[in-house]
Amino acid sequence: MTATETGRKLTYTAAFTEAVRLEMAADPDVFIAGEDVGAHGGVFHTFDGIQKEFGAERAVDTAISEQAIIGLGVGAAVSGLRPIVDIMFMDFLMVASDQIVNQAAKLKYMFGGEAKVPLTITTMGGAGLSAAAQHSQSLEAMFCHIPGLKVVYPSGAREVKGLMAACIREDNPTLMVLHKRLLGVSEIVPEERYEIPLGVANVVRSGSDVTVVTWGKMLADTTAAANVLAAEGISAEVIDLRTLQPLDIETVLTSVRKTNRAVIVHEAVKFGGLGAEISAQIQEQAFWHLDAPVGRVAAPFSPVPFSPTLEKLYLPDATKIAEGVRSSLERPFAGR
Amino acid sequence: MQLSKELQMDLHRRMVRCRVFEEAAGRLSEAARLPGFLHLYVGQEAVAAGMCAALEDTDQITSTHRGHGHLVAKGGDFKSMMAELMGKSTGYCKGKGGSMHINDLSLGMLGANGIVGAGTPIACGAAFANKYRNNGGVAVSFFGDGATNIGAFHEAANMACAMKLPMVFACEHNGYGEYTPTDQIMVISDIVDRAPGYGMPGVIVDGMDVIAVYEAAVEAVERARRGEGPSLVEAKTYRYYNHHGVQNLGLKYRTDAEVQQWRERDPIIGFEQRLIEAGTATADELQATWDEVNADIEAAIEFADESPLPEADQLLANVYTETAR
Repeated sequence: MTATETGRKLTYTAAFTEAVRLEMAADPDVFIAGEDVGAHGGVFHTFDGIQKEFGAERAVDTAISEQAIIGLGVGAAVSGLRPIVDIMFMDFLMVASDQIVNQAAKLKYMFGGEAKVPLTITTMGGAGLSAAAQHSQSLEAMFCHIPGLKVVYPSGAREVKGLMAACIREDNPTLMVLHKRLLGVSEIVPEERYEIPLGVANVVRSGSDVTVVTWGKMLADTTAAANVLAAEGISAEVIDLRTLQPLDIETVLTSVRKTNRAVIVHEAVKFGGLGAEISAQIQEQAFWHLDAPVGRVAAPFSPVPFSPTLEKLYLPDATKIAEGVRSSLERPFAGR
Repeated sequence: MQLSKELQMDLHRRMVRCRVFEEAAGRLSEAARLPGFLHLYVGQEAVAAGMCAALEDTDQITSTHRGHGHLVAKGGDFKSMMAELMGKSTGYCKGKGGSMHINDLSLGMLGANGIVGAGTPIACGAAFANKYRNNGGVAVSFFGDGATNIGAFHEAANMACAMKLPMVFACEHNGYGEYTPTDQIMVISDIVDRAPGYGMPGVIVDGMDVIAVYEAAVEAVERARRGEGPSLVEAKTYRYYNHHGVQNLGLKYRTDAEVQQWRERDPIIGFEQRLIEAGTATADELQATWDEVNADIEAAIEFADESPLPEADQLLANVYTETAR
């Protein structure tokens, strides 16, 4: 990942596609299946050109049948292939939840370790496109709750390429969540194949006053907030979790022990979101290092609204994140 | 179809193994020696035996919550099965799956399944893998009449047909969805009526007649192997015991007379009579099979009894695979 000089600017979408293409070229057991992923290249063009390059046998268009799509992946994976199955929107994972939660995630354990399920489920999460309540959710916490699954949520083009390669090579069922509002965002991406290991967070920005933990699209908003805060003399350390399950809590704790404050930022609803788990773990393991309660900036307890005005109110953004961080800094340690 | 003696004895042995295993499991359960739920396959043996005899070891099957018979008929090992039912570390799932998740991937048995209808999409995936690799393999999904009312079945049926997958839909129509008669919750009485809706052939067979099941299975399996796509085989059958547990008679939702009528058509007794009448086998030869299988089950129970329980370190083992890189 040092060879940025050999990289070129790629969108998040193109970087994802490149990871898929490289793994398919390297391993004939890798195939993609899902709604519109073949001839159409995916409704968000995330699989553009794959069918043309690898043929319809390896880039398979399916019916609108989420249970059967995931089941196809589970059965093929347990039979030795390395499937990538696409569920167009994260909201639609709910339709296929039996196959994900009760089958893919549990086969290995239930079978006493015999089964291997090298399945990658790709999907599109997040709000911001006025897609309303059934096409905009951030449901990652639900899947992080399921032992046996791994959950990945890349924050940028360079990340998505390396993380997707790792997902495909992973021998466990993995949920790769792409964010709709990142699709067109470009970055310098290395040309060669590389993996970013799952379960390793990235300290994106070093700081001393507060640790801000986030992932996916919210990294960009958090970085923007950190810039604003820096101008006010507040030094925020920003951590991109990259993988949500397994959670790299050690990187978070190391940072919190240094900054003594933590704020978690996510686009998902605050109640029962992953921020609650991270906050609990920080308080269990670094309570005496904290100078303030762990803060959370997240969406309110409401379905995602349609109207752009309401959606903007709903979504966390740089302003709300900066406010959350300031509020953490304004709260002195109660015992002091 | 002229069947060799060897094949007929094989069908007989598969059924006897199913019956002996399940009756033993029932006795152990009654004696409170098996933890958890028990869904006995007794009465339906001809379906698993006839279908699995038409398969190669490398062909895959998916199963149901009533899955012991499918594993036995596919060649499952009594010792590993019985140890699993007892929750022992030597079981097929090391005591972590139990009755409803019993499997043997080396025999292509992709697991009993605690979720009704869930095996069928997985069988699609196994069939897809066979087609993808062009290895000539066939995947059979066993499911009950009740599973054909769940969405996963319909998604899988459509997908398998649209993709022309090498697959067989093996419906065990035993007339009850748990404790509810099928005719109270479905308008059609033959599951096979659903096959044309997906563009696949369907056939009804007497699920108490192992030869009838076997012949239909061979036709469906060979069709799938030739690349002509899935078929549905509906076997009309009956479970002697309750949905779960070992109660047989005196159940609220069915009459004892009905149970008796089906028992008179017992798949094993009926087949033995045919074998003897046709001069294919002697009563002694058939009894020898029972004796061998009974000895096997005694040895399996002893093995399971003497096997250690799982160590505490197994609790968190195998949640994930260690990925080799």
